[in-house]
Amino acid sequence: MANYYSDIPEIKFELQNSPLMPRIVELKERDFADKEEYDEAPQDYADALDTYDRVLDIVGDITANIIAPNAEDVDAEGPHCEGGRVRYASKTYENQDAMIKAGLNGVTMPRRYGGLNMPVVAYTAANELVSTADAGFENIWSLQDCIETLYCFGNEDQRQRFIPRVCAGETMSMDLTEPDAGSDLQSVMLKATYDDENQCWRLNGSKRFITNGDSDIHLVLARSEAGTRDGRGLSMFIYDKRDGGVDVRRIENKMGIHGSPTCELVYKNAKAELCGDTKLGLIKYVMSLMNGARLGIAAQSVGLSQAAYNEAVAYARDRRQFGKAIIEFPAVAEMISNIKARLDAGRALMYETARYVDIYKALEDISRERKLTPEERQEMKTYQRLADSFTPLAKGMNSEYANQNAYDCIQVHGGSGFMLEYACQRIYRDARITSIYEGTTQLQTVAAIRYVTNGQYAGVIQQLEQQVISPENEPLMNRIKEMASKFNACTMAVKEAGSDEMHDLCARHLYEMAADVIMSLLLLRNATQAPDLFQKSLEVYVNLAESEVEKHFTFVRKMTPERAASYRQA
Amino acid sequence: MKMNIIVLAKQVPDTRNVGPDAMTPEGTVNRSALPAIFNPEDLNALEQALRLKDQNPGTTVTVITMGPGRAAEVIREAMYRGADGGYLLTDRAFAGADTLATSYALSVAIKHVAPGADLIIGGRQAIDGDTAQVGPQVAEKLGLNQITYAEEILSCQDGKIVVRRHIDGGVETVESALPCVLTVNGSAAACRPRNAKRVMKFKRALAPMELKPGTAFADLPYADQYEKRPFLKIGQLTCADVDADLQQCGLSGSPTKVKAVENIVFKTKESKVLTGSDEDINGLMQELLASHTIG
Repeated sequence: MANYYSDIPEIKFELQNSPLMPRIVELKERDFADKEEYDEAPQDYADALDTYDRVLDIVGDITANIIAPNAEDVDAEGPHCEGGRVRYASKTYENQDAMIKAGLNGVTMPRRYGGLNMPVVAYTAANELVSTADAGFENIWSLQDCIETLYCFGNEDQRQRFIPRVCAGETMSMDLTEPDAGSDLQSVMLKATYDDENQCWRLNGSKRFITNGDSDIHLVLARSEAGTRDGRGLSMFIYDKRDGGVDVRRIENKMGIHGSPTCELVYKNAKAELCGDTKLGLIKYVMSLMNGARLGIAAQSVGLSQAAYNEAVAYARDRRQFGKAIIEFPAVAEMISNIKARLDAGRALMYETARYVDIYKALEDISRERKLTPEERQEMKTYQRLADSFTPLAKGMNSEYANQNAYDCIQVHGGSGFMLEYACQRIYRDARITSIYEGTTQLQTVAAIRYVTNGQYAGVIQQLEQQVISPENEPLMNRIKEMASKFNACTMAVKEAGSDEMHDLCARHLYEMAADVIMSLLLLRNATQAPDLFQKSLEVYVNLAESEVEKHFTFVRKMTPERAASYRQA
Repeated sequence: MKMNIIVLAKQVPDTRNVGPDAMTPEGTVNRSALPAIFNPEDLNALEQALRLKDQNPGTTVTVITMGPGRAAEVIREAMYRGADGGYLLTDRAFAGADTLATSYALSVAIKHVAPGADLIIGGRQAIDGDTAQVGPQVAEKLGLNQITYAEEILSCQDGKIVVRRHIDGGVETVESALPCVLTVNGSAAACRPRNAKRVMKFKRALAPMELKPGTAFADLPYADQYEKRPFLKIGQLTCADVDADLQQCGLSGSPTKVKAVENIVFKTKESKVLTGSDEDINGLMQELLASHTIG
């Protein structure tokens, strides 16, 4: 029987071979404090890794044998809106039922609320597997990670009421976007007013582009401070569908991710409760929510890249032209090699990000239970900074790669790829949204550029350059170091130019250079440990990254504030 | 209504994707070349049992399987999906059993483990032998009603069970008093997946037969767990435990003797030339469908 997890050994490698992993497990398991009380809790580090492996094996089974075979039908049927409610495509219910019976909801939540208490890195693996099978269904399933935000910022009573429901399979949504507030969430206008008589908040207004908008439990961004116009007047609310008051006006007709209903919502005096404090909705809670969601999109993108790779290889081995399989032609083999290289490099970046998130989130959580030691506080700060700087890289680069990989996958198929009979067209359509939602690549650049200019990425690169490698890989390391020095030179040049316009214009280029170098170094680290799995991708990726860096280097070094003016549009 | 349900399951070689080394030169199944799996229709049977358990809190589902130590994998697998526990029926004396001896061993085990069982459910047949005899024979030996080719349990209450059967040319709905024996068809609902928490909880469960000779639970890694969590020791029954009559067990209780096994060799008798026309293609499809070569 096919199993997406055991079929892709790179995922298991990422889960088991990082030097950060023992620390992640130790923190997440609080030194294995649950082992007496809970039958399902691991006894030690090896036991925890074995558990993650087995759980992912279940995900690999369900994704390969239920979700993937349903994907085409789900894509064709899509969800419907009836009487203000969403009805999923019929096979979406089958997918959901399997995931619920397998107990794969609330994956990262503590056991006391019914969760599996697994780290983000293992959840991310599950996420990528689900996306490989059906990126549209991945949206519905992975919105469970909204519960992280409720867990972090809700009160104990809210945790006890809502988290077990999510662990049991109830779905979530994050209601942020409005017709006039997309990238600019400060402009959110949905009105929240306190109802003194009933001692609750009331929501009135509308939201748009809400993924899985008819979910059971919503996190809603709304304006609680009348008369304000910026982000400081926004608070976060929990809306429980059982209370009623929110209807779906329509479902969007989209290019891809058809399985996932994108809704326009109408709030008519909907009862809601405040999550956390007022006024912190956007500046604190949504930022946290977004960071989690961005890592989720990175996983969705990596899953799509894997699917693109699977389809491209299968077709190219099968399809014969001029008397041989087309995979044997260098022009086709190059496309497939590049897909694989981008996949492995992007995946390495994504898991490294997930590990940083794990350490910082676990320490943050522990800080709610007891005072952290000064060393722990320092550790938390370090990893929070790493997580914040890596998340926009992982999201932006992997989503762009997913698009490129899906494009190449169709190209490998030739004319057949343009026909709707092959899965590659669905992958292509599904991939298109990844570089747009949860912050466009352009916004990822905005989030990341400060880490270029303040030397954060340069510091990480320097550390990764210290890694021990095999003598055979010395020449590759030297090429990567050359790329890194070009990145540094470009950063200096942009800083020295002292022009905001030039800075903003070059930002994307600097962002990509940093990502190219970091991914090369991470892939080198993987290849040093597991050459069989990664050496080939490493060599291909460095070729690719080197030429990309060269391109950006030329662009940035030749750019001047005067030339930057040519890009102005009115 | 709290029920006591027994599920009969078998570990079988996966004969669905056989390679060239699937058979030994002697014509017997080369078990080492084929992965050992949970007999597919027994999984359908397990699902029916688990649905009853979902509907009737307090119900227990117990799996009984006969085989060597490694067959306990079937019990663990069932526990991962929701069964409460199980028994490995294992003894040299059971080896070489045909359907008669197998059903004898299972029936005495059921009497021993669960004399008050409300329902005994198994798959219609195993993919290695394809006899579909064991379930009905168990029913005979226990003196119980039997419903074969079951596709769905429509209701189960007040001492009665209503079942839809999948039969040639249609379906049939029948009612029986409990207790009774059910054999479930492959067209019934697929079994639910393994549950993450249950896998975490039961992953170390072992039957004594699975231990290396000369070792005990106390010698295993995480040995203390077997003391603290008794559910990690899978029940095991020998011939003596269930008070079975040796004469009716294993080879000595098996009147079926395999005289010879022959490979089917397809020989070309005649050839037919077809053009690529729709008419010819349709004709070929009709012919292949009619001969059950496809479909």
